[in-house]
Amino acid sequence: MSSEKEPLFSSKNLKLLTTPLGAQNPITVQVLGICSALAVTAKLEPSIVMSLSVVFVLVFSNLIVSLLRNTIPSRIRIIVQLTIVASLVILVDQILKAFAYEVSKQLSVFVGLIITNCIIMGRLEAFALGNKPWPAVLDGFGNAAGYGLILVIVGFVRELFGTGNLTFPGIGEVQIVPDIVYEWGYVDNGLMILPPMALITVGIIIWVQRSKNKDLVDIS
Amino acid sequence: MENLLNIFVKSIFIENMIFAYFLGMCSYLAVSKTVKTSFGLGVAVVFVLAITVPANYLLENYVLKEGALSWLGEGFEDINLSFLSFIMFIAVIASMVQLVEMVVEKFAPALYTSLGIFLPLIAVNCAILGGSLFMQERDYANIGEAAVFGFGSGIGWLLAIVGIAAIREKIKYSDVPAPLRGLGITFIITGLMGIAFMSFMGIQL
Repeated sequence: MSSEKEPLFSSKNLKLLTTPLGAQNPITVQVLGICSALAVTAKLEPSIVMSLSVVFVLVFSNLIVSLLRNTIPSRIRIIVQLTIVASLVILVDQILKAFAYEVSKQLSVFVGLIITNCIIMGRLEAFALGNKPWPAVLDGFGNAAGYGLILVIVGFVRELFGTGNLTFPGIGEVQIVPDIVYEWGYVDNGLMILPPMALITVGIIIWVQRSKNKDLVDIS
Repeated sequence: MENLLNIFVKSIFIENMIFAYFLGMCSYLAVSKTVKTSFGLGVAVVFVLAITVPANYLLENYVLKEGALSWLGEGFEDINLSFLSFIMFIAVIASMVQLVEMVVEKFAPALYTSLGIFLPLIAVNCAILGGSLFMQERDYANIGEAAVFGFGSGIGWLLAIVGIAAIREKIKYSDVPAPLRGLGITFIITGLMGIAFMSFMGIQL
């Protein structure tokens, strides 16, 4: 990089922020971080809380690793990264237990599983180890937001069609499908809140995205 | 004995790591192109889960849990270190994987050549940490139950990945819509397999 100072939101930096939302989405294109993503999306509220936790962990772990990138010996970098991520996740877990106990019970082991979320290790390895702190923060935020976007879409679809309600953090359950529709004979699809439908919903999101963007189509 | 059998069947079919909790999806999607390699990875997961879950059970019950340190003396009775469990579990898993790799390399070179490349990958497989965290949450009564749970979950994961790999080998010959090819259809098939596995729900021995 040249010595002259780059503006904070130059087009290159902005690109780091926006590509993970669409063409380089971590879930639907890079296939990272699916492990802990799908199980929490039966309702909207845990999906939002999970996304925020991942944003926090990914931004700060990217920042810390990027600051330390010249001092971490490459032979033990995996264990160093795991330790940094694990400490951040412990922080998130304790905060959730203190201030949002109900949600933390619903997320159960999946908060802990942020540690082994491939999206975090993937971004640390691929980006933070070779870039300056500020681009690393943007990259972390962009990727976590792309992850969160899919989570929120899946959570929205599943809760809306599964129960007819939506749960927002802080507000609680709100009925979306009006009673009159039920009187006409509409029935909630209980299958939507069972685990397999999360996979099928993501499969359909991938289908829609790839039919819009032909470059992503898998030829093999 | 009946109890152990129950945990075993439950962890394979009803609480299957992939179909019920989506754990280990990353390697499940990436390595399921052929049956042979996916079987290798599956065996490695069974192996590591069967070792790390009991190891972490000992750690949980003799070091981390509230009051677990009472064997050290009276002053240690009300120490609760459970907030450290994530970092301890992941450290145990990473070092166990390293240890297993070295032992296998020394004593079973044939096994090492088939499993070798998969072992380092496994340290960051969500199914492994997930197994330990579920063990912690469900509070198994003794180390036997924990070991059976770890082994059973591994077998369930192995079944799932070999199944999807076999389907993906065949699906090459069918006419899938272009945007759905590869990742998309794999997700949908996994969902359908999950629905099939749901028929095991409620089995009690």
